[in-house]
Amino acid sequence: MAWARKILRVNLTKGTVASEPLRMDWAAQYLGSRGLASKYLAEEIDPKVDPLSSENKIIWATGPLTGTVASTGGRYVVVTKGPLTGAIACSNSGGYWGAELKMAGWDMVIFEGKSPKPVYLVIEDEKAELRDAAHLWGKTVWETEAAIKTSHQDPLVRISSIGGAGENQVLFAAVVNDLHRAAGRSGVGAVMGSKNLKAIAVRGTKGVGNLHNPKEFMRVTTEKKKILAENAVTGQGLPTYGTQVLMNVINEMGSLPTRNHRDVAFEGARDISAEAMAEPRKTDGKPHLVTNQACFGCTIACGRISKIDETHFTVQNRPQYWGASGGMEYEAAWALGAANGVRDLEALQFANLICNEHGMDPISFGATIGAVMELYDMGVLTKEQLGIDAKFGSAEALCHFAEITAKGEGFGKEIGLGSKRLCAKYGHPELSMSVKGQEFPAYDSRGIQGMGLAYATSNRGACHLRGYTVASEVLGIPVKTDPLSADGKPELVMAFQDATASFDSAGLCIFTSFAWSLADIQPQISAACGDEFTMDNLNAIGERIWNMERDFNNRAGFTSKDDTLPPRLLKEAAKEGPAKGLVNKLPEMLPKYYEIRGWDADGKLKADTRKRLGL
Amino acid sequence: MLKSLQINPDKCTGCLQCEMACAYENYGVFATAKSRIKVFDFHHTGRKVPYTCTQCDEAWCLHACPVEAITLDKATGAKVVSESTCVGCKVCTIACPFGTINYVADTGKVQKCDLCGGQPACAEACPTQAITYVDANWTGLDRMRAWAEKTGNQTATA
Repeated sequence: MAWARKILRVNLTKGTVASEPLRMDWAAQYLGSRGLASKYLAEEIDPKVDPLSSENKIIWATGPLTGTVASTGGRYVVVTKGPLTGAIACSNSGGYWGAELKMAGWDMVIFEGKSPKPVYLVIEDEKAELRDAAHLWGKTVWETEAAIKTSHQDPLVRISSIGGAGENQVLFAAVVNDLHRAAGRSGVGAVMGSKNLKAIAVRGTKGVGNLHNPKEFMRVTTEKKKILAENAVTGQGLPTYGTQVLMNVINEMGSLPTRNHRDVAFEGARDISAEAMAEPRKTDGKPHLVTNQACFGCTIACGRISKIDETHFTVQNRPQYWGASGGMEYEAAWALGAANGVRDLEALQFANLICNEHGMDPISFGATIGAVMELYDMGVLTKEQLGIDAKFGSAEALCHFAEITAKGEGFGKEIGLGSKRLCAKYGHPELSMSVKGQEFPAYDSRGIQGMGLAYATSNRGACHLRGYTVASEVLGIPVKTDPLSADGKPELVMAFQDATASFDSAGLCIFTSFAWSLADIQPQISAACGDEFTMDNLNAIGERIWNMERDFNNRAGFTSKDDTLPPRLLKEAAKEGPAKGLVNKLPEMLPKYYEIRGWDADGKLKADTRKRLGL
Repeated sequence: MLKSLQINPDKCTGCLQCEMACAYENYGVFATAKSRIKVFDFHHTGRKVPYTCTQCDEAWCLHACPVEAITLDKATGAKVVSESTCVGCKVCTIACPFGTINYVADTGKVQKCDLCGGQPACAEACPTQAITYVDANWTGLDRMRAWAEKTGNQTATA
């Protein structure tokens, strides 16, 4: 059956832990991971709660394929009401932690209430207990992992934790596991911090078994791994270049948002690209990139492990940053680089290391710095306020801001609010490049039209991982569509959104979808979970999850007015490149999207849509 | 032909497919904790290194065992633990210089790599050929070829 069929419920207010059976009726409708944890959240909290209050809950969840031999079957999610957005948040991470939780015999851990003092949760198979974390509070993610492994005398324990950013409730704080894998977006780390929960340490020795049809599962997972190995993207592009393979491609399309989306191409793109990471540096003759790395069970291995230039101004006499470590992937390199006009690769890696070390989303952080630099450029923010000359392109300013934001010092406190609140405070809400308070990732929707609709309607605010139509509009997967046209995009966005919800909920990595369609994961899910998981059923599950998340947001107070883009993308045309003269055509796409979704003009689920999906 | 497990850490991505394959082969579950091959992640250098029993000819575990529970499988060269004979005294775990034979609390016996009877599941599962199963007399062949290519090409261009 693939599920562990067991949930750990932790009441932080009372300091209690309890085991309860997984709702298998919900698992049949929502599969696992993102879908199932979101269902629990939607059932258990009032969507109107303050995300940072004790009434919010936060859930760590695996999918039925997490911890199995299926390729990329190592994912977990952190689900909560997000403080950056006020919407439902679901941040997905790889590494090894998720599989370890599943191998300990748990599908998910639900935290409720708020601990009166810092604690961390220790799980060793069926045993679970809260322990005092006074000695860990104030420590970075890296220090926390080392301290727990040392004090437990167990190098095999896996840790999911927050650093200073989560403790200080930076609104885009991340939850980090295995040193540099992150449930990065929407501020899930701040919720963890608000509950005085520092870390979850897991050892799982029981393993994942109890599959519906083990023999068929072994056969079909092997067959599907071959598809990944033989595909140009998952077999060659991603392992060789990582997601950074996109930097030059997207730049040439005129869709690389630059200097807070003022421009659509970056003159320094090549300097911060995958190609640049692989070339020997002038200073020490070594390339930035050391090797690629896989997450648990992954046969793609897109992860980047790099070594920063020890002579770079950011790390002189700071040997703690000289070792090999995670980074950079495309979204981070874009947000820390092009979004601010910074073309110093080593500076970007330093800011990326700070994000990992202290637990911060590099996308929202970098994009917020883009807004700060624009406000500085306009004279709204001054050097006196910021403590540094923050002109576009300043690597010094970027790295300075990374450290003060992570540590909650000086102007860093304001950066930690995210661009929406910061720009509103200084009288220019229009300069926040965000949807529902969450900053855009690395694709300009004037040149990739479908992404505008995907951003505007994403249930967790602007995001590339909720409906990655870039695959179709740029890479031609599964079919090529015209990135400059709005035609057919509502249908395309909806199809991507629903399929992604199923991939996520299985416990697999969405990057497999460069090579796999839903028809490739369906037999893996059915062999693991049961014959009832047919294509029709998985399609319905994806659509049900999307609508359930949407319904949560509607009940939280979101309306059709929130399904929009900043005026810059709707009114200021792209200045150059293939999309020159274009704005995003959201007004053309949105009504059609609502119609095919079965929503009314306010973006609310119609009664027959609810009925059809069993909501 | 006798074969050996050949491990090339340069190719390892740290995906742990080998550990899962090993556990599944021996216990029928995906449990890296039960694997007889372990991948070590040296994060400061970025190196991932799979490690398991080298099947020593003069196997110290075999000689140390007081009840002769460890025997040679002549077909594969593997030193194999007989669970029915093993008394769980753990002397072999002290004798092994490499740490590749370990006690299993659940069974009260020790476990080590037995080459899966000649079809090692780890090597079959490895997606990057960091683990291969090759002619025991020619484990140096790949490295020889690499040097031959290097020196040969130097001569050609000289």
